Amino acid sequence: MRVWKFGDDIDTDAIIPGRFLTIYDPRELAKHAFEGTRDDYAKNAKAGDIIVGGRNFGCGSSREHAPLALVGGGVNVVVAKSFARIFFRNSINVGLLPVVCKDADKIADGAKITLDIKKGYIEDDGKHYIIEPVPAFMQGIIDAGGLVAYAKSLKEVPSCTKSQQ
Amino acid sequence: MGATIVEKIFSRKCGGDIRAGEVVMAPVDGAMIHDITGPLAIQKFYEMGGSKVFDPEHIILLFDHQIPADSIPAAENHVYMRKFAAEQHIHNYDINEGVCHQVVLEKGRAAPGEIIVGADSHTCMYGAAGAFATGIGSTDMGFALKFGALYFKVPETIRAEISGKFPNRVGAKDLILSIAADIGADGATYQAIEFTGKTIENLDMAGRMTCCNMAIEMGAKAGIVAPDKITWEYMKGRRKMKPFPLESDIDASYVTKRSYSVSDMEPQVAVPNNVDTGVPVSKVAGTRIDQVFIGSCTNGRFEDLEEAAEVLGKKKFNTKVRVIIIPASRDEYLKTLKAGLIERFVKAGALVEAPCCGPCMGGAFGLLAPGEVSLSTSNRNFKGRQGSTEGRVYLCSPATAAASAITGVITDPREV
Repeated sequence: MRVWKFGDDIDTDAIIPGRFLTIYDPRELAKHAFEGTRDDYAKNAKAGDIIVGGRNFGCGSSREHAPLALVGGGVNVVVAKSFARIFFRNSINVGLLPVVCKDADKIADGAKITLDIKKGYIEDDGKHYIIEPVPAFMQGIIDAGGLVAYAKSLKEVPSCTKSQQ
Repeated sequence: MGATIVEKIFSRKCGGDIRAGEVVMAPVDGAMIHDITGPLAIQKFYEMGGSKVFDPEHIILLFDHQIPADSIPAAENHVYMRKFAAEQHIHNYDINEGVCHQVVLEKGRAAPGEIIVGADSHTCMYGAAGAFATGIGSTDMGFALKFGALYFKVPETIRAEISGKFPNRVGAKDLILSIAADIGADGATYQAIEFTGKTIENLDMAGRMTCCNMAIEMGAKAGIVAPDKITWEYMKGRRKMKPFPLESDIDASYVTKRSYSVSDMEPQVAVPNNVDTGVPVSKVAGTRIDQVFIGSCTNGRFEDLEEAAEVLGKKKFNTKVRVIIIPASRDEYLKTLKAGLIERFVKAGALVEAPCCGPCMGGAFGLLAPGEVSLSTSNRNFKGRQGSTEGRVYLCSPATAAASAITGVITDPREV
């Protein structure tokens, strides 16, 4: 699983430019992921590859096309030092796991890393980097199989109930 | 310990004492979808087993990003959403009304104390009306359409206290660009920003909208101004409701308190390719520009166009610059038309387009070629935001945009 390394403040316009927003098919979107920003990505990224970013990954627009363009290419994990809020939540909702790792910038482009979610670390050439757990209420959505599956199981929602943080 | 305005909004809705950090399934008073994010939200609504939306009266549906349809896929998206609106008995504003955020406020679809979600990141603009409003993705929107509620982590609040009187040709956009430069592109992630202080108390609704609109550019979940006389005056005729007190307590707990003075502020310009790069205009004056865009949900109101017209005076726009002016809504367009400004803009050499997102959408029209430079009153200057990733976008106020459109280079509006 190779790493595609990106810097800080990777915005959703970089992940999927505005001119492709009439497309909703993840596989079609994946053909244009990072177009103009990093053209070798869409050509060469393979299922199981991992994107690693810096601070504020996914900032900008609320377009769900952004995580879909990554999922559509078979990428299921994005590691970053921090995520923009809407992108983080959209990712979980569409089955892209956003992993917060303060050491993300130590991971090099092209590195082969493995992720152990249960033990909470990334292994990179023998080095271990701690990852942060997903907030509990979001983990509940992941465990249910995503927000669509979670919503399907509900007839109505218990309004004003509090959840674990 | 007192509560912030955001904590109070959630507490009022749920009838308890809800504090920052708590995760709550809160009811929403409004849910907005447009032509880019709407089709996917509708698809998710159906995938979730939705058959009837929670309440058609509380859903705002319109098209603004690709209007009139600029491609066959865009036209197909419009058809899909029209059908949904008809089936669900949702009022469809269609392509007629303008940019979603302006329309929501104008039509009184967001009000003090309400919780509104929109499938667009600049939904935070409704904080100008004292609502808690935040941008969400399409799947979350599918959930909100079905249940009329959504999980929210109640955010902590940054208090931004603004003091001083704006100098000539300096205004709300310069203020928010300078706040963004101070807080940074991710400095308010997961937090709300409350704009307060004498300058905000004296600021009109248009200026408050500009400030709240750009809260997302600091990563904020919401921007908000406590409702006051100006807010309630704005609500008159838009929404039948009695004014009620809603403000942060004096002893509310803020994550940080920041203060800014505008008295000596220079016009600000955010340089490519991030919004938190605001510098005084003098630092970039003389930069060659190919296109000027005056419009968007951030700065497409009558007040903004009036500001541009005041700078323009009897001059002409530089013939080497493409000047695109787009009022944010039909109402704003009509105000601009009646004031004679559209005629002045057209005679000065500008293209005045019908209300829509315009070049800020980065896909419909007004795109940049590689190497071209745009000066824009919109909210984002990301690489490729207005076309080619080799184009460059600078952000500024309507006054600075107008001054620069006259000279053909980035120009201090006080010097024309």
